[in-house]
Amino acid sequence: MKRVSLPYIISGCLCLWLVSAIGFAETIVIEGGTFYTMGPRGKLEGGKLLIKGGKIVAVNKRLKIPGRARRINATNKVITPGLFDSHTHMGLVEISLINSSDDSSSVYDRLTAAFNVLDSLNPRSTLIPINRVEGVTRVMAAPSYNKHLMGGQGAIIHLGGVNDYVVKTAAAMFALLGEDGAKIAGGSRAAALLRLREAFEDARDYKVHRNDFLRRRRRSYALSRLDLEALLPVVERKVPLVLQVHRASDIDAALRFAREQRLRIVLLGAVEAWMIAGQIAKAKVPVILHPLENRPTRFEKLGAVLENATHLHNAGVQMAFYSGDAHNARNLKQAAGNAVAYGLPWLAALRALTINPAKIWGVSRSYGSLEPGKEADVVIWDGDPLEVMTFAERVFIRGREMPTTTRQTLLRDRYLELNRKLPAVYWGGNG
Amino acid sequence: MRLSTVLFPVISLGLIAMLLLPGCAPAYKRGQPRSVKAGQPEKPLAPFASTYKPMAASPLLIQHATILTAAGKRLVGGSILLEAGKIVEIGQVLQVKEGVDTIDAAGKWITPGIIDVHSHIGALAAPYVKTNLDVNEMTSPVTAEVWVEHSVWPQDPQFWRALAGGVTTMLILPGSGNLIGGRGVTLKNVPARTVQAMKFPGAPHALKMACGENPKHHYGKKGRAPSTSMGNLAGYRQAWIKAQAYLRKWQKHKKELKQNKAAKPPDRDLAMETLAGVLRGEILVHNHCYRADEMALMLELAKEFGYKITAFHHAVEAYKIADLLAQADVCAAMWADWWGFKLEAYDGIRENVALVDRAGGCAIVHSDSAEMVQRLNQEAAKIMAAANRIGFSVTREKAIKWITINAAKALGIDKVTGSLEKGKMADLVIWSGDPFSVYSKAEKVFVDGALVFDRNNPKLQPRSDFELGILPPTGKRR
Repeated sequence: MKRVSLPYIISGCLCLWLVSAIGFAETIVIEGGTFYTMGPRGKLEGGKLLIKGGKIVAVNKRLKIPGRARRINATNKVITPGLFDSHTHMGLVEISLINSSDDSSSVYDRLTAAFNVLDSLNPRSTLIPINRVEGVTRVMAAPSYNKHLMGGQGAIIHLGGVNDYVVKTAAAMFALLGEDGAKIAGGSRAAALLRLREAFEDARDYKVHRNDFLRRRRRSYALSRLDLEALLPVVERKVPLVLQVHRASDIDAALRFAREQRLRIVLLGAVEAWMIAGQIAKAKVPVILHPLENRPTRFEKLGAVLENATHLHNAGVQMAFYSGDAHNARNLKQAAGNAVAYGLPWLAALRALTINPAKIWGVSRSYGSLEPGKEADVVIWDGDPLEVMTFAERVFIRGREMPTTTRQTLLRDRYLELNRKLPAVYWGGNG
Repeated sequence: MRLSTVLFPVISLGLIAMLLLPGCAPAYKRGQPRSVKAGQPEKPLAPFASTYKPMAASPLLIQHATILTAAGKRLVGGSILLEAGKIVEIGQVLQVKEGVDTIDAAGKWITPGIIDVHSHIGALAAPYVKTNLDVNEMTSPVTAEVWVEHSVWPQDPQFWRALAGGVTTMLILPGSGNLIGGRGVTLKNVPARTVQAMKFPGAPHALKMACGENPKHHYGKKGRAPSTSMGNLAGYRQAWIKAQAYLRKWQKHKKELKQNKAAKPPDRDLAMETLAGVLRGEILVHNHCYRADEMALMLELAKEFGYKITAFHHAVEAYKIADLLAQADVCAAMWADWWGFKLEAYDGIRENVALVDRAGGCAIVHSDSAEMVQRLNQEAAKIMAAANRIGFSVTREKAIKWITINAAKALGIDKVTGSLEKGKMADLVIWSGDPFSVYSKAEKVFVDGALVFDRNNPKLQPRSDFELGILPPTGKRR
């Protein structure tokens, strides 16, 4: 801790938020404890993990410890990769009901698929430290929907910096089907699918006849040039199309659509996915779900059950979890714990928060497990990370130890004593 | 404790005063509405009274459990005897008559039934289609005349998911779109065909009030008052001034009746009946309020008009005025960690509940969510853990109170439920393990001694009419 904070004490505490995002990429050894590597080494009791230059260098029972390494004793602790939220508006919204602080969507008509969250991202958002101190280290910052079937492109960011926070831009294309899609498309699911089909057919045509189109020698398209450009990597299967669907029949339709259009899709929400788990597994389509959805809050969610994740797991579906909640992505681990309470194997739940999203979003070369060569997103927990009473004692992102201060801890500490000599407003501003 | 000693005298006074004002619910009266005495003018008493009848139950002994009573120490290897809907005995080893059914709860935990003081289940029913959004009468900023129980759909499938989370009692409230939203209703979370058959017998009525952003934004958008916080305050004050006048009119009539039995009563006004009920202490005020400074203003408002605020709901900034809340003897019902969804919720912290508790206040964890209500135990666990990390020593014995007895106090029913004590209603939960673990589940839920939910017996898992034929009870669709 000392080595991290000392230079900043010298430089003053004017920029707490800056401090909170930067640290040194030290050489660190975490030793003892139970390591859930989520990689080929599986579970390591009393292992050692060496971090150097922001990366994991080695993870083993025995390894040579460099003399200058900071050694962290993690005996009796649990060590996992940092957690991943597969769908959140974190970085895009500060206060949900204040429109000017929400950049997650646009109503501009010529911007649907082309909408990219990248240039809206705010790595200094107060939401980031608040979720980070509880073990969330990476997220899919996804667009939301306003009036278009396609929300646009999401970005994967890590929560440990203000300069180089983007892990992967245009990591996925988001689109709506089901009730919301039907509403936008004029009242029917069939219309929504037709509009999506039109978009991809146009994109394919555009791909072949781009020059003709630009010289106005080709028919007009339903989408703008920017939108068509954005769809090219999806058509080329380089970027997955994430379809938000819930009803079993809508999922079925989404699977058919993907086959017909030869697209790589990911299902998001997928409340009734368990009813056709076998089909989803056979199509090798990953599912992003929220484990606590068990109420028939919509007609498309009549089949909501807490065992959704369990059934999908048993059918062999690749699965990751999402919070859908920018402010409390930190509660995703609680949701995962509840999935375990309803039958999901514990390791499968942890995979859905680490290595599975890494694979689904195509970032598993750098993140998702404690393996040599990967970036060191590591959390030391004082117990089972899925348990509600467990605390993330130390959080490392790309090898840098994250500060434990957040706007919330400052507020708390300011009001811990209500009768200070100086009124509360004098407290905490200067550290 | 403090709360109940203040409330109950008020409530019993209310019982007498109730007769004077037609249309007010009886405060804390059991059974059928009292009959009209000969020689008195006929008045409609206690309309929509509770018709709740406990389900049949034979005496039951539950043994060898870890028991959190919410009334003191933890019992390890404890037993509890239920008979005729009541807790007859609680202790280590109990002597019982032969032939009494027993449950061996070794390894299990028992707590009082969970109580949620802030729910919209039934009035904001699933599925959330327009027809089912029955919770906010946003046609006027003061709608004290509406009763949320007239919106409650007993077949809302969300009731039984809350039951599977161990919730035995809940206060259903109107929404927060209005300054004064109308009356709330306390329900036993039991399957029933009518809302009256769910009504907690004798529970006082509730009045929902709301501070802050919701009312001023809604009406401001329409170009009418209130559009500002000062407009909010003016709105409450005008309503209470009218209520005071209404109360005086009926008090005057009561005097007139002594001289002239044929004296003509004033016209009834439904909205004013509710507000007058608050002024007489019969109806408990539940006030949606996020910010510390706004709660302080509401305390002042209550002082001005001589009524009591029973609980602030949401109270995201309660920790900033925990001392004031304790002094004023007002409960604060809070979330573990909701924050930031609107500006007035920006200052939420994880330790809020624990800080209110530490100041000696009546701290409650509420849900306001048909999802969260299923796991209030986990919400309490998160708060306990957060507080203990900064050096507090919150025990499970303490934390369980946030979702049981303290909630019962806020509903005016703590004399009859909310803790496991001799003579109280046998409202309790057998948990598969430590209720503060994410992996524990409510296995058996008892209301008035009757087993109303059994996780291991599909026949004892209620299912709404709405859900029949959609999913078979096993949860598997063929």
